[in-house]
Formats: sequence, structure tokens, C-alpha cells
Amino acid sequence: MLSKRIIPCLDVKNGQVVKGVKFKGHEVVGDILDLAKAYSDAGADELVFYEISASVEQRLLDLTWVETIAKNIDIPFCVAGGIKSVEDAGRVLKQGADKISINSPAIARPELITELHDEFGKQCVVVGIDSFYDEVTNEYLVYQLTGDPNATSRTRYNTLDWVKKVVDLGAGEIVLNCMNQDGVRNGYDIAQLKKVRNICSLPIIASGGAGSVVDFKNVFEQTNVDGALAASVFHKDIIKIPELKQYLAQNKIATRLC
Amino acid sequence: MLAIIDTGCANINSVRFAFERLGVTPKVITNVDQVQSAERIILPGVGHASVAMDRLISGNWLDAINEFERPIMGICLGMQLLCEQSSEGNIKTLNKIKGNVSQLDVGQLTSPHMGWNNLNVLKPHALTKGITSEDQVYFVHSFAHQINECTFATTKYGQSFSAIIAQDNIAGMQFHPERSAKVGARLLQNFLDWQI
Repeated sequence: MLSKRIIPCLDVKNGQVVKGVKFKGHEVVGDILDLAKAYSDAGADELVFYEISASVEQRLLDLTWVETIAKNIDIPFCVAGGIKSVEDAGRVLKQGADKISINSPAIARPELITELHDEFGKQCVVVGIDSFYDEVTNEYLVYQLTGDPNATSRTRYNTLDWVKKVVDLGAGEIVLNCMNQDGVRNGYDIAQLKKVRNICSLPIIASGGAGSVVDFKNVFEQTNVDGALAASVFHKDIIKIPELKQYLAQNKIATRLC
Repeated sequence: MLAIIDTGCANINSVRFAFERLGVTPKVITNVDQVQSAERIILPGVGHASVAMDRLISGNWLDAINEFERPIMGICLGMQLLCEQSSEGNIKTLNKIKGNVSQLDVGQLTSPHMGWNNLNVLKPHALTKGITSEDQVYFVHSFAHQINECTFATTKYGQSFSAIIAQDNIAGMQFHPERSAKVGARLLQNFLDWQI
């Protein structure tokens, strides 16, 4: 049976892994390779690396660490950060990344999704969406350049419209970052994930809000997402991946135990 | 020498690094003349079947693969190219392993089939040594070889399909052993240990 994926997310800045709360106040967590190896050995199903300052600084991510990761870990990994063209993506994939994820560059130029689909195939084109719930207007809004609080801005899209558009343009997977929940460990945004699941037949990865093993169980049972991404609970050792997977297996959620 | 045929696909480095982790240094070959000195060959592949097949034809790889009598293994699209034909682009492929490749019928499930899934070993083969039905490997695909006498392991996603196939000195894995953690390393080691 296809397993639900558990995906630690490593935000990279200046060659190190960092973590913020609600996308602000980043602290250094550790070395990229040490953390990547520790998570893959612990049974992570996939890793995602976001070089958070690349888009804000209008440059492509640093390729040297991508090859180091490809040489040393034996699970799939996805890389994001300032990928603005087919050429950029080709360079990242050539270093050994399995997938590339685009976010702000896709908002700036949505055709990029189709260009990447046509060149590399749908399976390696992931679109990350940073979605903010506005309580006043009861709307889900797409934000961009969330790697730097001073550059972050609202885009012209509401989340559900943008999801439909990226599906039509040829994306292969969507990572939905629910910004209100990011780093606060109050659980995934079930209501929003359900809304997106209903209109999207692509694999969806839930992101933002994981605080306990119950949050992972809830998101898989209540929204039928394909994977759950988390950062701080793993970085701060609040949840250990082998224990999380045992718990999911006991609750009859398809899980890869190793 | 273990040779990896450079079909211009993106995952060649991943395959190379996976063998390097096993202590073997493969040679990525771009010229058909290099086939003669290879003891074993890996045919990787990601992308569209007709594009990859055109590259094999234009690089004159077909005769060299046909005449090669030592082990060859295709990975993912590379495996599909070793079968008789593919409905992805409706093309004739290398015809080294019996059976056709067609679109995976996933029913109501999301497509492509992407993620970790179980291997179900049907009958023994050097390639499946030490593998049990608890073992999972990483898949990313939407086309598959339909189960026949060349199928040694299956996987189910919507329908059951061939995960590991072999005929004579030719084999194929539909998933990515190079990204399948310890189970994948075991499968690649099995390929290195496979004697014809």
C-alpha cells in the first residue's frame, strides 16, 4: 500500500539550517548534511530543502550543498530557492536533486510551471504555496517572498484559484504552507487542506502547524493528504520519526517502517 | 567496470552516487564503443518514453544493447524501454523483455503513483534475494509493465503491476532503488552480485 509520507523540511540560510516562527526570527538549527543524514537514517520518507533567502536576494540557491546531499543520502529530496528558469532547474536536478519546488518565481511568471513540466516531466515539478487565512474577510490568500519578513507581500491570488491554476499549468505536486499555523505547533489547518484536497487530484503535502503525533494522525485521517511536512517538531526533537511512524501504523495509517 | 548509459536524463548522478555508496565506482558512458569493456550496464531513465527511445536510436545504442550478454538493468523509464512496446507515445521499444508498457489504471487515486510502496515477490530471483513483503521502495511513474511470466515482484496501486522484471541477462526495476534507502541498496547490491 502507498505510504503516507513524513517529510522533514530544512530551511537553509547561509549554508546552515535555520527555523523561524510564522516565517520570522530565524535561528540556526544545525549543519545541512548532519541533519539530512540524521533524518534519513531515522526513517524520513523524503526531505525538502528551502534556501529561504535565494528568492528574496534574486539569485539561484547555492548548488554545492545539493551535490553533497545527493551523494550522502539515499531517500528522495526536493530543493527550492530562486529557481526561475528551465536552466536553473536543470542545474539543480543535475546535482542530484529528485524534484524542484518553485513558489515566488511561479507567481511572478506562471508559465514557468509549464516550461518545467515540458522539459523534466510532471513528477519533479513541485509548487509551494504560502497561504494566509484572513479572518476579517474569511479568505485564503497567497503570499510571496516569505523568506524575509521585510520582503513578504500579498499576491493577487486567492489560494483556491491559484491551486486550480497551477494544476492546469502542469504541476506534479503541491506543498501547501498554511502560514497562520507555521512554527506554532497547534496542528495542521484541516479546514483549508480539505478545501484544497476537494479541488485538486495531485499529491498534496500539508505544511505548517505540526505539534504532536496526533496532529499527523488527524491530518491523514481527516484530509487524505499524501504527505505531511514539518520542521520545528523534528529540529527540536519534540517528535522522533521512528516513534511517530509506530504511532501512525498502530492507528492503521499506511506507513513505511524501517 | 559498471557502466551507466548517459541517456541525457536527470537522475544519472543519483544512480552513480548510489553505487558509490556501495563502494563501486561506475563509469557514465556517452559513447557506444565503451559498452564492450563493461561487465554490467545500467540503463537509467526519467521523462517521456518516445524522447528517450529516440535518444537511444540516434546514439546507436540498440545493436550494442542487443549484443551485450552480461547483465543489463533498466531503472524506471529505462526498464520500460527494455520491454516490447510502450503506449506512452505508441512506440516499439527494445524488445528484450516480453510484455508491454501501458498507462497505470489508478482508478480514483492520485496520479502519478508517487511515494513508498510494498514489493510483493512472486518467485525467487537473484535480484530479489533478501526482500520481503514488508520492504518498501520509492516509485514515481504513471506507466507500467503488465504482469506476465517475466515478472518477479509486483506492487499494487489501483491495479497490480510489475515492479521487478527479468528475462535472460536483462532486468528492470520500475521504482528508484537509488533513492530507496537500505532496501534499495540491497537491490543494487543484488544486481552487482547477479551471475548469468
